Amino acid sequence: MVDVLAPLAIFVLMLAVVYVVTGPLRRGAMSQTEAREESDRQNLEAARDAKYREIRDAELDKETGKLSEADWRVLDRELRGEAVEILRRLDELDGR
Amino acid sequence: MPILGRAALIIALAVCAYGIFAAIYGAVTGRRAFIESARRSVYALAIATTVAFVVLELAFLRSDFSFAVVSGHSSTTTPWYYKASAMWSSQEGSLLLWVWLLSIWSSLVIFLTRNRLRDVVPWATAVLLGYGAFFAALLVFKVSPFETLSPAPTEGAGLNPLLRHPAMMIHPPMLYSGYTLFAVPFAFAIGALITKRVDAEWIRSTRRFALGAWLLLGIGILLGARWSYNELGWGGYWAWDAVENASLMPWLTGTAFIHSIMIQEKRGMLKVWNVSLVLATGILCVLGTFLVRSGILDSIHAFGASTLGVPFVTLIAGMSLGSIALVVWRRGILRSEHKLDSLLSREAIFLLNNLVLVALCFVVFWGTFFPLISEAITGEETAVGPPWFSRYTVPLALLLVLLSGIGPLIAWRRATPRNLRKTFAFPAGCGLVALVAMLFIPGVPQKPLAMIMFALGAFVIGTIAQELWRGTSARRAMTGEAAPLAVVSLVRRNRRRYGGYFVHLGIVFMFVGVAASSAFQHAEDRRLQVGQSTTVNGYDVKYVRSTATFQSDPSKTGAMLTLGAVLDVSKDGKHIATLTPGRGYYSSSNANDGLFEQLINGEPTSEVALKTGPMRDFWTAVAPDFTKLQPLVDAIDKGLGQNENMTQDGLLRGYVAGLTAFTEAYKQSPPPAMFRIISSPMVMWIWIGALIAIGGGLIALWPAPDAARRRATANLKARVAQDLSRA
Repeated sequence: MVDVLAPLAIFVLMLAVVYVVTGPLRRGAMSQTEAREESDRQNLEAARDAKYREIRDAELDKETGKLSEADWRVLDRELRGEAVEILRRLDELDGR
Repeated sequence: MPILGRAALIIALAVCAYGIFAAIYGAVTGRRAFIESARRSVYALAIATTVAFVVLELAFLRSDFSFAVVSGHSSTTTPWYYKASAMWSSQEGSLLLWVWLLSIWSSLVIFLTRNRLRDVVPWATAVLLGYGAFFAALLVFKVSPFETLSPAPTEGAGLNPLLRHPAMMIHPPMLYSGYTLFAVPFAFAIGALITKRVDAEWIRSTRRFALGAWLLLGIGILLGARWSYNELGWGGYWAWDAVENASLMPWLTGTAFIHSIMIQEKRGMLKVWNVSLVLATGILCVLGTFLVRSGILDSIHAFGASTLGVPFVTLIAGMSLGSIALVVWRRGILRSEHKLDSLLSREAIFLLNNLVLVALCFVVFWGTFFPLISEAITGEETAVGPPWFSRYTVPLALLLVLLSGIGPLIAWRRATPRNLRKTFAFPAGCGLVALVAMLFIPGVPQKPLAMIMFALGAFVIGTIAQELWRGTSARRAMTGEAAPLAVVSLVRRNRRRYGGYFVHLGIVFMFVGVAASSAFQHAEDRRLQVGQSTTVNGYDVKYVRSTATFQSDPSKTGAMLTLGAVLDVSKDGKHIATLTPGRGYYSSSNANDGLFEQLINGEPTSEVALKTGPMRDFWTAVAPDFTKLQPLVDAIDKGLGQNENMTQDGLLRGYVAGLTAFTEAYKQSPPPAMFRIISSPMVMWIWIGALIAIGGGLIALWPAPDAARRRATANLKARVAQDLSRA
């Protein structure tokens, strides 16, 4: 029984691996443009989240006394401007 | 089913080879179908290695001794939970664990970045599959875990008794998870350098993997320390052993990396430094794996001499030269976008913290490889011991703790003297108060380095307390939340920052625990008869009676015979604890010894007895002296060997009768025993600190709410404000 099971299991494993790996070659992957747009969108969303984190960090630095009010205002304006630019680029991708 | 396991590894190797080709071909030609196919090769690698892993694990659980590796590292008497983890006590099994974990983590990162970093990912995929190919090739051609024995033996050699400890079941998977997770940022750094995408994007995509690697590697190191403290019978948790050091080095550079990437994310600075750090960390992880396997350095933890040296050295040399070449090739695009504005800035402190961590790594590296270096230069192998390491690491550790307090209090870009006065007054006061208080504790001023560590610890705790207080106050002022809710909200909204603070807090507790237990430890080795007493650091320890059991090991490690002692510990006449240290005995296969002598002279392990507390650990281990009982041992062996025609059943009955006689004799007229007794302050704080640091790491690792799911329709500026108010 084991003698039959082992080759069968190997065959099934090979079949599964070949099926998984060759899937995109058989079906064709997402088009270059679609892939680029999706990648750009996700990169911009990650950049937006990082920028929001920076804005919050700066705000917390001001609240905990590490940044003066004047320094924070300059920094906050700069960071929010950068966040707006990222959102604008995201909207462009969405065709708004 | 060894053939299935072997076939799965060959398929894994073939998948890696194809995937590397497909990834590079796809990246060079821009053919997405090949890039997708390469990505799926990583999943296929995970499938194939999972099959191999399951086949071997089942063989261990079923005690299938037709597998040579099972026969060599397990037995029918090994408890099932140690059978389950016996796989990674072997060279072959641990390499399989390595490649299996690599395939799992690689699949995860490749899935998460399926729509991101489209230029970088194919190259990173090729690197990750390159790792997979190397380890799969070792398992196929060098050390197959699926070698078989014919005929299969009826019994195996059993798991090394020293490894029969709960920490050792989890220690290797944690360590290897750390090593293999660090392969992820390593691979993405290579991809970023090749494709010239060296902005912060590759860092953002792999930051969690770097943090996860750091956390799991740290947990692995701590479990190893805990095992050493509880199992090795010498009473310490860190011995600067080559294999311990091998795991510490990538952890140190990884710590530097997760700090310095913040500077690149925020300021676009330190790009050369960051890629160099992560490339070095990746190489050090492979070096750590190699050190355990090569046998080039003596270590209690190593697998001994093997044939894996040449492939590993080739891989490490290739990784090192390739990394250096890539960084030099791309030096033009790795220039910083900004300059350091001031030495009084968080960037400067982080940079200094990085230099200290790298210096620590260099010290550990030098001390670890000194035997090889000295042999190459003088022809004589000379090792350096713990005092050498302490001479250099203690001052660096003090500086590191100081910087971990300063860093969070200083603003990015530039801090003003007014800011500094405002933010440092309270923490500096905490440090000073602690320093003055220490002066009045007897014995402490005689240990100035420990005293400075305590004061710096108080300083850091002051900084964290102040940060939490100020942050919570600000939150309450803004939202009117109650204090406990405000703390939770504050941490939830700023997970990286406060998670990091908790990590600092935990690390400080650990350093304080290490300083106290190292500087103020009292260790004694005493030979005692039943009824005798000794005094250690003011504690009276009395050997009350001996204990002996067979086939009912109290520690559940599967020891055939356990001999021990009951100790009464008291101070100033007040009972403190009753401790029962023991020693488990496992048969050796030394043919020169008689059957019973094989057990007595076999592989004993200490079962430590410990009275632990927040202020002091009282640690004891026992080693019985058999000289007085040797005639009985000889008599039992003589009885067992007298009748050559004795059946297996008869032999077993005789063996059990011998064990009964021996244990009764040990209990009735016990011989003297050697005791190692250690009174060590604040060891518990090392483990408490570790738990706090792990908790902090998990907070920092936890994903923030997904901003992508938010819907916003207002104008852009209002959307930024709206988004920020939500999380």
